Amino acid sequence: MSGNHHSHDAHHGAEHADHGSTKSYVVGFVLSVVLTLASFGVVMSGKVPHDLMMPGIIVFGVAQLIVQLKYFLHMGLSPSQRSNFAIMLFTLLILAIVVVGSLWVMHNMNANMMHPTSQMMPVE
Amino acid sequence: MSSAAVRASHGAHDDVLHGGGVDHHHHDDGSKTLLGFWIYLMSDCLIFSGLFATFAVLANSTAGGPTGKELFELPYVLGETMLLLISSVTFGMAMLNMHAGKKGGVVAWLAVTFLFGAGFIGMEVYEFAKLVHEGAGPSTSAFLSSYFTLVGTHGLHVTCGLIWLVVMMDQIRRFGLTDATQRRLSCLSLFWHFLDIVWICVFTFVYLRGAI
Repeated sequence: MSGNHHSHDAHHGAEHADHGSTKSYVVGFVLSVVLTLASFGVVMSGKVPHDLMMPGIIVFGVAQLIVQLKYFLHMGLSPSQRSNFAIMLFTLLILAIVVVGSLWVMHNMNANMMHPTSQMMPVE
Repeated sequence: MSSAAVRASHGAHDDVLHGGGVDHHHHDDGSKTLLGFWIYLMSDCLIFSGLFATFAVLANSTAGGPTGKELFELPYVLGETMLLLISSVTFGMAMLNMHAGKKGGVVAWLAVTFLFGAGFIGMEVYEFAKLVHEGAGPSTSAFLSSYFTLVGTHGLHVTCGLIWLVVMMDQIRRFGLTDATQRRLSCLSLFWHFLDIVWICVFTFVYLRGAI
């Protein structure tokens, strides 16, 4: 229980930082707009080589996710946020397993299955 | 078993020393509700991860129908994205007013947030209607089925958020900024910003990736 009291104190101390300020919302908004326009520009400007487009939008997209988590959702490593953060990390793990796993399995299946068209080919 | 019992009795002992459950109840500032709501949001995130995985697998299964590159108008989608981004900031302003105890400011900023959110939904409904009208409805190909499911699920979430916004404006007008309304508004704030984050993923992996 004494541990619990400690976390309460820490929570009250961190409370102000958790809420953000007008400045932090404006900073988050400006960064989000810049990153959105940047990933839009990567695809639409025609100045970025085709091979770099996919890595480009992924980098800007992930950067924007981090910006929004920090400035809008006030996600951080402060003691009051620690359980939220741990739950989010676990969710990201499951998310990665679901998405990467699906793509991996389906790619392998497509690559290794005999396609109907290739079976037909010798007949033709 | 016995050690568990000892630990349990220790816990109870400490509770008594520190004033027990009453003291604990007094300290409850809604942080447990917010944690629970966050767990709900993360489970919602897993729903979206399933839909994103489905879309990623089926993105090229156009069955001879139109591809994303032919269908999507990126400048239009950029407009939708901006509306949602602005609504996120205006919600942030509402939360700042809430912490400052300014009831009128909260309701005003929530109304602004509602307008931008409604604008987003309006644009999305128009986009869907246009696609269906062009013969690119959800039944045309696996790609379009997964597209409508993913983007439509996000749109339904935002619509629920809009209804919740109206309910909260009414509650704050009636009851003021009580502990209960502040807690509910904090949950809605998490919900709204979370939907913004999901939209960033939709914008990147559905629209921009489709246009490459």
